[in-house]
Amino acid sequence: MRRRAALALSLTLLPLGTARAQDATLEEAIRAQIGDRTTQEGGIALRAPVVAENGGQVPVTVSVDSPQTAESHVTAIHLFATRNPTPGIASFRLTPLLARAEVQTRIRLAEGQVVVAVAQLSDGTARRVSAEIRVTTGGCLS
Amino acid sequence: MSGSFGTPRIRAPRTARPGEAVEIRTLIEHPMETGLRQEGGRTVPRDFLNRLVVRVNGEVALEAELRNGTSTNPYHVFFLKLDRTSEIEFVWTDEGGRFARATARIAVA
Repeated sequence: MRRRAALALSLTLLPLGTARAQDATLEEAIRAQIGDRTTQEGGIALRAPVVAENGGQVPVTVSVDSPQTAESHVTAIHLFATRNPTPGIASFRLTPLLARAEVQTRIRLAEGQVVVAVAQLSDGTARRVSAEIRVTTGGCLS
Repeated sequence: MSGSFGTPRIRAPRTARPGEAVEIRTLIEHPMETGLRQEGGRTVPRDFLNRLVVRVNGEVALEAELRNGTSTNPYHVFFLKLDRTSEIEFVWTDEGGRFARATARIAVA
C-alpha cells in the first residue's frame, strides 16, 4: 500500500518537476530580454495553427495594438518556446518605420507546446500572450 | 562554420502609396543547424544565421535576432511605411560573421 502510494507520488512529481524546471527556464529567458518589468495581458495577439503537421515549419504571427508612431510604438517582440531544448526562438527590434507592430515568421517545435510572445512598448510597458500548438511531427532539434 | 547561404528571396511591391502598409516577405535558404541534432550517430555542427537587419534608405527599420527555435530557411513577413521612393536593404549574418545581402527599390508616388 505504502509502496503503491510512493509510486503514485513519484509518477505525479516527475512531470511536475520537469514542468517547473521548464517554467524557470522560460521565465529566465523572458527576464534576459525584458528585465524585471511586469507583463500585462491584452493588446497583443499570437496567431498560430491549433495543430501543426510539421513541427519544423510552424507559421506564427505576432501583432500588437499600437499606432507604431514615433510617440507610441512597439520596440521589441520576443518569441519563446516552452518545451524545446532551448527556449529562444527570436527577438525582433521594431521601429516607427514599420506600418504595423506585426511580425510573421516560421518556428520549429520539438513537440506540442505553449509558445509565448512578449512585446515591449516605448512607454516602458510590456505585454504577453501565449498559444498552445499541437504538433503531429516534431521539428528535428535533437 | 560551413556557412551555406542560399539566394535570399524578397517579395516586395515595386510601387506604393505614401504611408500605406507595404507588405515585405523575405526568405533565405539556410540549414539553421543548432548543433543539437544527431545524424548517423554524430552531432551535426552548429551553422546558424543569428541576425537579419532591414534598412530603409540607410536607416534601421527592423532587426531580428534569431535563436534555435527559428526554422530552417528563415522566413519573415512585416509591413513598412514609406513616405518617399526607398531603397530597402536586407542583411543576414551568421555566427561566423559571414553575411548575405539583398536590396529592393520601392517607388512611392
